[in-house]
Amino acid sequence: MKRELMKFLVFAAAVLTAPLFLKGGYIVNVLVFVGIYTILAVALNLLLGLAGQISLGQAAFFGLGAYISGVLTATYAANPWVAMVIAVIAVGAIAFALGFPILKLKGHYLAMATLGMGIIVYIIFNETVDITGGPSGLSGIPNLSIGGIVFNTDMKNYYLVWSFVIVTILLSVNLSQSRIGRALRAIHDSEVAARILGVNVRLLKVQIFTVSGIFSALAGSLYAHTVQFISPASFGFNVSIELLTMVIIGGLGSIYGSFLGAAILTLLPELFRTFQDYDIVVYGTVLIVMTMFMPGGLVRGVPLLARSLLVRVKAGLSSEKSV
Amino acid sequence: MGGLQRNDKFIRRYNMLKKIIIKSICIFSLLLVFTVNSWSQEPIKIGGLFAVTGPPSFLGEPERNTANMMVDQINKTGGIKGRKLKLVFYDTQGDATKAVQAATRLIKEDRVSAIIGPSTTGETMAVIPVVENAGIPLISCAAGIKITEPVKKWVFKTAQNDSLAVERIYDHLRKRNLHSVAILTVSDGFGASGREQLKLRARDSGITIVADEIYGPNDTDMTAQLVKIRGSKAQAIICWGTNPGPAKVARNAKQLGLSLPLYMSHGVSSKKFIELAGDAAEGITLPSGRVIVANVLAKSDPQKKSLLAFVNDYKNHYRVEGDHFGGHAWDAVMLLKSAIERGDGSPASIRNELENTRNFKGIGGIFNFTPQDHAGLTKDAFVLVTVKNREWMLVK
Amino acid sequence: MELIEQLLQYTLSGLSTGAIYALIGLGFAIIYNSTSIINFAQGEFVMLGGMLTLFFHVTLGLYLPLAVVLAIAAATAVGALFERLAISPLKDAEPIILVIITIGGSILIRGVAMLLWGKDTHALPMFSGDDPIILLGAAIMPQNIWIFGVTLIIITANRLFFHHSVSGKAMRACSFNRIASRLVGIDVKRMILFSFIISSAMGAVAGIIIAPLTMTSYDVGVMLGLKGFCAAIIGGMSTGMGTVAGGLIVGVLESLGAGLISSGYKDAIAFIILLVILLIRPQGLFGKGEAERV
Repeated sequence: MKRELMKFLVFAAAVLTAPLFLKGGYIVNVLVFVGIYTILAVALNLLLGLAGQISLGQAAFFGLGAYISGVLTATYAANPWVAMVIAVIAVGAIAFALGFPILKLKGHYLAMATLGMGIIVYIIFNETVDITGGPSGLSGIPNLSIGGIVFNTDMKNYYLVWSFVIVTILLSVNLSQSRIGRALRAIHDSEVAARILGVNVRLLKVQIFTVSGIFSALAGSLYAHTVQFISPASFGFNVSIELLTMVIIGGLGSIYGSFLGAAILTLLPELFRTFQDYDIVVYGTVLIVMTMFMPGGLVRGVPLLARSLLVRVKAGLSSEKSV
Repeated sequence: MGGLQRNDKFIRRYNMLKKIIIKSICIFSLLLVFTVNSWSQEPIKIGGLFAVTGPPSFLGEPERNTANMMVDQINKTGGIKGRKLKLVFYDTQGDATKAVQAATRLIKEDRVSAIIGPSTTGETMAVIPVVENAGIPLISCAAGIKITEPVKKWVFKTAQNDSLAVERIYDHLRKRNLHSVAILTVSDGFGASGREQLKLRARDSGITIVADEIYGPNDTDMTAQLVKIRGSKAQAIICWGTNPGPAKVARNAKQLGLSLPLYMSHGVSSKKFIELAGDAAEGITLPSGRVIVANVLAKSDPQKKSLLAFVNDYKNHYRVEGDHFGGHAWDAVMLLKSAIERGDGSPASIRNELENTRNFKGIGGIFNFTPQDHAGLTKDAFVLVTVKNREWMLVK
Repeated sequence: MELIEQLLQYTLSGLSTGAIYALIGLGFAIIYNSTSIINFAQGEFVMLGGMLTLFFHVTLGLYLPLAVVLAIAAATAVGALFERLAISPLKDAEPIILVIITIGGSILIRGVAMLLWGKDTHALPMFSGDDPIILLGAAIMPQNIWIFGVTLIIITANRLFFHHSVSGKAMRACSFNRIASRLVGIDVKRMILFSFIISSAMGAVAGIIIAPLTMTSYDVGVMLGLKGFCAAIIGGMSTGMGTVAGGLIVGVLESLGAGLISSGYKDAIAFIILLVILLIRPQGLFGKGEAERV
């Protein structure tokens, strides 16, 4: 427990002090997006890594959160914070209601069902032009503000978004370490066994699906208020795949790994802009290679790799000595 | 013995120090020379946001190619007032989020004085708050009328408004005494914007829309929508989309034996459309910038010279002819060049000079910007063309 | 009557599109039936069929039938390679892992196609000309007849192979129980490779006969693959006829929905039906139930 607390404090401290070293450059803007995608990746990881439920439709909850927040504030001039609360609650309710029928499915069938759900929601965003603005998008979404402070610069948005990220990670790590987390892991291993041990499998699956949806909607609302423009293209099937890649890279079940995955997948394109055309190929290769050779993701794979190299080095040295 | 050794060491150290000092002075003075040189030749940086990959790549690729080509040409002929022009461009992949990120990077990190692009309306709308906040002029290559209406201080565009294209089509329909139309639009930003304009301008032009159908960008068959249209009282069909959808619509219509006049949007004003639609393209009419009929324009046409120059230059560089979309980037670069020449090259001055640009003979048309009009074109920027024998012909 | 003519046209067009979905769905079903793996990359083999034919015929200038044969061979080679390198090392992994690997594979294949051949759309010439055939007032293209014909041949070949040949029955055995199959002497690894080969070949054939109608580009496989998958699930993957029926149903309902209700939501129709079937009868309309091993 203490180790987890230490990890969290180090993480929180690093996040809060980083901008001081970065002096408000362009990278702060990128880090705002890293924060938003971290929340999304953590949400998916709770569902996929912890509970073992495949979801290829996370972008739907992301988008619903963004659009509910966006429409309420841009078209109906609601207070952004009120809109955010409404968005989160509404999406939570939708996830809860959808969860019961959908989570009866498993494996490939669940994957396809969530995929279908994601695509249907995307089409709805595109077609309900009068509400969402359709493919042309919705602009004029106001920034969030507290008291007199309006969150309209990268630095301010950084602290806004990352405060939420820290809270999300705190809650997720807590959940993961708690009795509920263990029950979810039991479900991941074998639903039947978990049921025999008294776990209310059905309810728990729906609950974690709902939590995942709530976090995703929160990310969506934050996205709407920081970018101030949303369009269906940002919530399509490919975003769900990107999130999946982030979780895989970081490591299934590792909360901090999701942060790593989100950071890598958002920062790398910035660093390698010359190789823009090749990014699809890189994505696909990374997915395949990581899944085959480092199923625990980087968070577990790198230390393992380091350890195995160390062992080999030591063995090499000791064999020399014996000669 | 000890004394000699100490002397030796001292002499060696002294020599080493001398060498270091001399080397440092040399390097420092060389650096000084270089930096002084680059100060006097500090390039003017402009940013480019193009969707080179992704669904709108048919826009972004020619735009980026044209921008590079023009910047090279300008630099070869001495730059602008002795300074080189440097284009820093990022591929937005047609994604509004990436466009916003790239725009912020151009402004904060690359410190550009102006930005050309993005390629689509959706991306442009997302980028507008960024440039308005930062006070950097933006010349968009996208067609949505919302970009400049209502007018924003720092935002201009070179692509013709889709509203102008709609007006041209409606004018032609009225001339032919056709009043009921069916519209078939694609469910992306371009199609949605066109659909909005078609519906908005119908009543004032005396046109009634009797069928309003939509197809998806990846749809493989539009027969269902066309059958529905055939069952309506439509006297003409207007299809609004970009390749390959409209080509499929044309083919499906021919297969169904639909004989209604078929109009398309400027989204397909390229040879590619004729290539994809084949024989089904015959007789299709659409509004287009003059560039695709450059060689059959009257000699007296004020744009003909720049049009032909562009088409051939592009061909020499990239092996295909310059098209309607590359033309948007041509206009943007040349408009910037003129604005920088007339002012001091600072963002504010560029913006002011752009606003004062009159009678600029570009590829998209003849531009006249004013403080109220940052789009600069009238419906004369479009000509009506039709397909005859697999070639584009002017409609008189 | 106007309405009846319209309905007939919707149905006819729907059946042609449905046959395309059926062919693609069969590819999914074959791999699933031998390995219990859903190959999300199936759509990409459809794309490869069309694009490779284009490459061999237009870029290299080869005679069309030769280009077709080479294209099928090349696509099959890609499928076999994919199976050897990415699937067989992980055959005992959880479904999640396999889903992710096949998704990764589809992205990779698409990316390589984009790098090799660009993002343009290309038209292939129709096999039997451009003139539509009119049946009772509704139009259908000769290419559609090709599609129906090829689908029929493939279904028959499918049935004959899987139910009346030793290799086919061996492949079905592998999907029922891998260990037992190995015990009776079936080379499971070879059967799995075989199923991928057959599937990618079929996908390529589907892509080739569709390409003249739908035009081909590097990303044409995404939606087609998804719809094909819907067809397989809706009809049920345990029988070839079920999958084909699923495809036809999806195609016709899509066409009717677009024509009679709303064309904007056309794409959603296939997925809504998919969700309904998954929730009510996951084994598909014509499939046999599956028991879960604990």
